[in-house]
Amino acid sequence: MPAKGMPTTLTQGSGTKGGIGESTLRPDGALKVTGEFAYSSDLWHEDMLWGQILRSTVAHAEIASIDASEALAVPGVYAVMTYDDLPTGVRNYGLEIRDTPVLAHGKVRHHGEPVAIVAADHPETARRAAARIRVDYRELPVVTDEASALAPDAALVHENRDDHHIARVPHPNIVHRQPVVRGDVASARERADVIVEGEYTFGMQDQAFLGPESGLAVPEEDGGVHLYVATQWLHSDLRQIAPVLGLPEDRVRMTLAGVGGAFGGREDLSMQIHACLLALRTGKPVKIVYNRFESFFGHVHRHPAKLHYEHGATADGRLTHVKARIVLDGGAYASSSPAVVGNAASLGVGPYAVDAVDVEAVALYTNNPPCGAMRGFGAVQACFAYEAQMDRLAARLGLDPVEFRQLNAMEQGTLMPTGQPVDSPAPVAELLRRVKARPMPPERQWESGEGADVRRLPGGLSNTTHGEGVVRGVGYAVGIKNVGFSEGFDDYSTARVRLEVAGGEPVAAVHTAMAEVGQGGVTVHAQIARTELGVARVTVHPADTRVGSAGSTSASRQTYVTGGAVRNACELVREKVLELGRRKLGPSHPAWAGAGLLLEGGKVVTDGGEVLADLVDVLGDEAVEAEEEWRHRPTEPFDPRTGQGDGHVQYSFAAHRAVVEVDTELGLVKVVELACAQDVGKALNPLSVTGQIQGGTAQGLGMAVMEEIVVDPRTAKVRNPSFTDYLVPTILDTPAIPVDVLELADDHAPYGLRGVGEAPTLSSTPAVLAAIRDATGLELSRTPVRPEHLTTGTG
Amino acid sequence: MRIDFTVNGRPREADDVWEGESLLYVLRERLGLPGSKNACEQGECGSCTVRLDGVPVCSCLVAAGQVQGREVVTVEGLADLAGQRSRGAVARPGEDTGLSPLQQAFLDAGAVQCGFCTPGLLVAADEMLERHPDPSDADIREALSGNLCRCTGYEKIMDAVRLAAARRAERG
Amino acid sequence: MDFLRPAGWEEALAAKAEHPAAVPIAGGTDVMVEINFDHRRPEYLMDLNRVGDLYEWEVGEDAVRLGACVPYARIMEHLRAELPGLALASHTVASPQIRNRGGVGGNLGTASPAGDAHPALLAAGAEVEAESVRGARRIPIDAFYTGVKRNALAPDELIRAVHVKKADGPQQYSKVGTRNAMVIAVCAFGLALHPETRTVRTGIGSAAPTPVRARAAEEFLNAALEEGGLWDNGKAVVPSLAQRFADLCAAACDPIDDVRGTAGYRRHAVGVMARRTLTWTWESYRGARRTTEGAA
Repeated sequence: MPAKGMPTTLTQGSGTKGGIGESTLRPDGALKVTGEFAYSSDLWHEDMLWGQILRSTVAHAEIASIDASEALAVPGVYAVMTYDDLPTGVRNYGLEIRDTPVLAHGKVRHHGEPVAIVAADHPETARRAAARIRVDYRELPVVTDEASALAPDAALVHENRDDHHIARVPHPNIVHRQPVVRGDVASARERADVIVEGEYTFGMQDQAFLGPESGLAVPEEDGGVHLYVATQWLHSDLRQIAPVLGLPEDRVRMTLAGVGGAFGGREDLSMQIHACLLALRTGKPVKIVYNRFESFFGHVHRHPAKLHYEHGATADGRLTHVKARIVLDGGAYASSSPAVVGNAASLGVGPYAVDAVDVEAVALYTNNPPCGAMRGFGAVQACFAYEAQMDRLAARLGLDPVEFRQLNAMEQGTLMPTGQPVDSPAPVAELLRRVKARPMPPERQWESGEGADVRRLPGGLSNTTHGEGVVRGVGYAVGIKNVGFSEGFDDYSTARVRLEVAGGEPVAAVHTAMAEVGQGGVTVHAQIARTELGVARVTVHPADTRVGSAGSTSASRQTYVTGGAVRNACELVREKVLELGRRKLGPSHPAWAGAGLLLEGGKVVTDGGEVLADLVDVLGDEAVEAEEEWRHRPTEPFDPRTGQGDGHVQYSFAAHRAVVEVDTELGLVKVVELACAQDVGKALNPLSVTGQIQGGTAQGLGMAVMEEIVVDPRTAKVRNPSFTDYLVPTILDTPAIPVDVLELADDHAPYGLRGVGEAPTLSSTPAVLAAIRDATGLELSRTPVRPEHLTTGTG
Repeated sequence: MRIDFTVNGRPREADDVWEGESLLYVLRERLGLPGSKNACEQGECGSCTVRLDGVPVCSCLVAAGQVQGREVVTVEGLADLAGQRSRGAVARPGEDTGLSPLQQAFLDAGAVQCGFCTPGLLVAADEMLERHPDPSDADIREALSGNLCRCTGYEKIMDAVRLAAARRAERG
Repeated sequence: MDFLRPAGWEEALAAKAEHPAAVPIAGGTDVMVEINFDHRRPEYLMDLNRVGDLYEWEVGEDAVRLGACVPYARIMEHLRAELPGLALASHTVASPQIRNRGGVGGNLGTASPAGDAHPALLAAGAEVEAESVRGARRIPIDAFYTGVKRNALAPDELIRAVHVKKADGPQQYSKVGTRNAMVIAVCAFGLALHPETRTVRTGIGSAAPTPVRARAAEEFLNAALEEGGLWDNGKAVVPSLAQRFADLCAAACDPIDDVRGTAGYRRHAVGVMARRTLTWTWESYRGARRTTEGAA
């Protein structure tokens, strides 16, 4: 095939045990350290064209006309397409609500919305051509916040909504509303000795994955198309792409190309349909790669939020009630806003036992950039606010903030505000105890023999302090995150496992459509196959749509759900192998007839350890294969009025202690240490587990002190779409992140495991904020905190 | 325009290069060396780091025409470079993995998740260890402060560089 | 677009004379970003990497002649004693990779108020050596910055070198950014003590349309130091004096609100940096004085 960078099969292991519980190394690691691993932006095909997207320069406008004639005349241009060129009547897509136009239809609703697409023989040709498309915008007023979106005369972001939420929302600029009401807040309020109210603001965070949105669409002889792309969920993409192309799903083949991080930002479509459209139009392979500027417009962000909380407690430190109103800005299109609302509402009280709760969460439609999934998904914003409230309550009560949390910590058996019992370990108090018990990092570590080492001070290399104005602060936070898809969603994964002899040894092959985005799912799948099938050598196939859906690589669910599917498929394979063995060798040994036979070390063994046969001999030249669709326990929707219902599958908990040093005069922050304790149920790969926890922690740190997409409230235009002005933490901003892993099994989950990836992103941000408050004495009700908030006390 | 230069020890040429192309584009799209990554194209992430005449630079900020006649080392050349530095040294004693000791350390320490930042970090860290065989943590952080990683929180990257330095010290 | 590759300085000047719109490129830090992001399509790009002279420096009796393209990493490594303020500023530039490529000439050519070198050059006292086929001239740094991203260069001129006075006293440089590395200045401050002339010079970055000196603050401090005999008696700068100096430095700012910071914060931060850098340099001066006296 005259193409390069196509996904390769990863084979690993020989002679290593490498089952679950071990820190086996990534099967794709060697390719990644040599530069040979093919990411979606690395793909190349003979004769390929480059696609370019023309995006709106304004946030809200009618499109009076589009003139592409000059663009088409540019030598080297093969196609220009606008809304009018779309091949079918299906011209919108969307994860939950199909409200997003493939190309703008007479109107744009946010800055950077795709208006036209171009294919040309060189990216520069495509850019020059796109620049010659004339679009006549008639600007419309923008709605950018709750006040403007819900004003009586507010412009409607979507005039003709017909989605299933519209009947229940108080205003058409509200995507979805979810109350959660439990107990009698009014009388609980009477019992409260202390009541604390607070208004909090959470900025717009970007996933900032490093591998830009990209992929290659190759037209196929049957009139279909093969798309190689970086995504989080191949089958969800497929369901949205095929109808727009007017193709049956089996003629849109999808293969996962290398993914350079995701964090929720690849759950929605980006360039997928555009590349396919251009490939089908030109009959040539088309590659699209966003640059960083475009990436900021090419994916949804974390919802910014305004949160109003009221907490009450008795003098002895028991929470009486929590009232909360959480307003999430969903931007111009729905994306996963409804599910984010469900999470914010149901997890909005945090990991605490409270009998009286009145929470309301809504997501707005505005002309701001669309927001959707990002690591922590609706639970992050709330955690920032309720943990600030917990500190303020503790201070008012004169209690230690950790002890106060422990006093109210939920545990196994506690009822959630949704009425759902927490039916597996919930070691909230223990996690807090562990981070608190850690020794403190030494003071004044910047002092070296030759003066101050500025690298260890706030400001770092910028040389702003040699110790002047620097005050240390310590803060704690803990959070709760659901694992897996909730609210009655049919959340399943498919795995195909094959066992055969190759090169004289038994080899297991695992084939799923799971998107490996860096989290290490491929490592874990191989470990599960080794454990279940007792083979050293495991091959992990590239993920594609030739096998059934593996669901999304999100919601901390892949090890749980696709891991569960792999385990079950392995069990089926094992049964078949044993059946084969009984047929072939049964008469040779009476133990074949018994139960409890295992596959270990490439052999069939009894549970007493006696070797019955070599797998090589059992299999001969036969291959044994099984495919399994596996589901976690079903969930149910939340009641639309009360929010009651068993909506979640599993909960995940993490706690942080942040130690910061703040230059109180300049408002600069150095995080000195950010310790985390998390319960993971069972660490299938301890190295990967700590890596996930540290990575999530660092993203939370970024949200605390620097990361924010700034949108101009007058124009709804993004002001900092670049890595120059959207700052993510460098290695000099990120401290030591010691991790304490608990393994308290959840009996409902495969191997007792608990989803890991998201919980550490929750508590990291509020812990850092609490530490900064401790150092400065300021209230700080907004994140990220900026230097001017610390010097003027306005944050 | 046409450009002749040396990449990973081999003479290479690129024809019909547009004058505005970066070295990064030429490596990735014309020479089939996509190991250097295109995460920001504005010098803010370090994922495209290569050595230009021995010095780590962001290849996205080097105009293709500027490398005429010069020497470039990319992540694809790191194993060879390590081999030249210490003839016969392999990543792990007794095992020839085709990886440089630093590449092996990144794997062993779990410093690779999505891996998009990895090539740039490897080139930068490799050069730092060449100058600084026994770096302090602050030295490592300073040397790698131009390389963003979004997955790991950097802890295991620190571990990897420490591990590579320690293994080298052991070997003597 | 055409790519010009002059092999030497004379050739570069001739090319620039022939194509005044040609954009010189050395480290590429500014130019390549503009090209990569489609913000700029110059008709001609002129590569200066081949002009070896631009990568050299000479340490003279009173001043350093610093080639326009000497990378920041070399300044940090080799000129810390002669140009301490500029060496500190160099260390705050972007990332190690950028410091390996970028030089002062690029900062001056772009003339962004956020360029890291400017406050150090203003404080140390520098002259920009500009040249065209018409001839060479030296532009005092105070006259170099003419507007937001505008400088005193004529269209046919190129920057050949910067002449920076060798430090005759302590110099300091601070920069505020919202990240501990790889960050564009929210604002920056450079300060140099010149015991030989008994003067103090300052430079402020990112807090006005151009890099500026805090002249009123300098005059105030010069007078106060003189009046108190501080250059001779080596007494400490009292807090009220430092604060007055800081306030005057803050008052010299004419900042804007932007995505990197507010005008109010910039003014405030410049004041804090002014006070701290004055303390650091003055204490260093006193320390050096004591050492000298002790030896004598």
